[in-house]
Amino acid sequence: MSRSDVLVDADWAEAHIGEPGVVIVEVDEDTSAYDKGHIPTAIKLDWKKDLQDPVRRDFVDQTGFETLLSERGISNDDTVLLYGGNNNWFAAYAYWYFRLYGHDKVLLLDGGRKKWELDSRELTRDVPARSKTSYVAKDQDSSLRALRDEVLAAIGKRNLVDVRSPDEFAGRLLAPAHLPQEQAQRGGHIPTAKNVPWSKAANEDGTFRSDDELTELYRSEAGLDFGKDTIAYCRIGERSAHTWFVLHELLDQPNVKNYDGSWTEYGSLVGVPIEIGDGR
Amino acid sequence: MSGDGCGAPAGGVSVSAATGTQAVVEGRVTRDGAPVVTGYVRLLGTGDEFVAEVPLGEDGGFRFFAAPGSWTLRVLAPGGLRAERSVDADYGQVTKVDVNL
Repeated sequence: MSRSDVLVDADWAEAHIGEPGVVIVEVDEDTSAYDKGHIPTAIKLDWKKDLQDPVRRDFVDQTGFETLLSERGISNDDTVLLYGGNNNWFAAYAYWYFRLYGHDKVLLLDGGRKKWELDSRELTRDVPARSKTSYVAKDQDSSLRALRDEVLAAIGKRNLVDVRSPDEFAGRLLAPAHLPQEQAQRGGHIPTAKNVPWSKAANEDGTFRSDDELTELYRSEAGLDFGKDTIAYCRIGERSAHTWFVLHELLDQPNVKNYDGSWTEYGSLVGVPIEIGDGR
Repeated sequence: MSGDGCGAPAGGVSVSAATGTQAVVEGRVTRDGAPVVTGYVRLLGTGDEFVAEVPLGEDGGFRFFAAPGSWTLRVLAPGGLRAERSVDADYGQVTKVDVNL
């Protein structure tokens, strides 16, 4: 896997609008963004309503994923091009999901919705009609997802990458600065984690930095040992999906997992070690 | 206001009464008196360190729940339009910053 296999630019997307076998999907938390205008032919996925279990804290299971994609008219052979707001956080999260359930032909639009908007490219309110399919998902690929026990066992042994902002890492904030302070019971970070905010991997327009810049960022500046396995986390697993995409898909690191329980789970666990204060 | 996500609240950011225990920074972005509805505001800390970003709402509004301190707001809009403002935030205060591009 390399950058050209997983990431496309807006020109590529424009050239493939309406092409059979290519499904463009906008993924947001705030799906009113889609409703106000989206890339022509794009359908939408709601990060929470569509991709999260409505009762348990977990994401939609294999059967639920099959039902969702079948209803939205996505087939196993389709190339799925994902994009979204928040610098592609939720699109990267969905990308991780498609990989988890074994969909091979999935791409991310570099820069996502933001760059598309800042470039003044065409947006439409037309909602496409797609015929239902019979999507078949594979078993969840556990090599891409870390659960809490694995995270605890990884302290001091594997690379732990905390991709939240420095203030969240230090324990001064419990959530990003555009949301009220809420969520985990305690602030701080998992001991031995390195703080590499997701935003350092992106340019101002939301595109990813170059492979050389990214390698410099994680290996030289943050001191990640590329010979070790890595677990990325944030608050709820979407910003860390962005970093998972960088490490696993762009930089081709073999063993990188996303801990989607992230700080909202870890920071509420009883009896686990927590560090506070700025990164070193 | 959504509780679980890191994303923008549904329907964009509306500028209205804020809670008393937050360090709120909010405002509107306009151009020639009209709200700018397509654009982004980034909240930057010391040394241009990225902290957060929100899309503009339908009224050109934005809002951040920051920590007390000094911040830079950077506005990005189509056509290469940009603006920066310095702002101080503190708990219990709603700091208003209106930007005309």
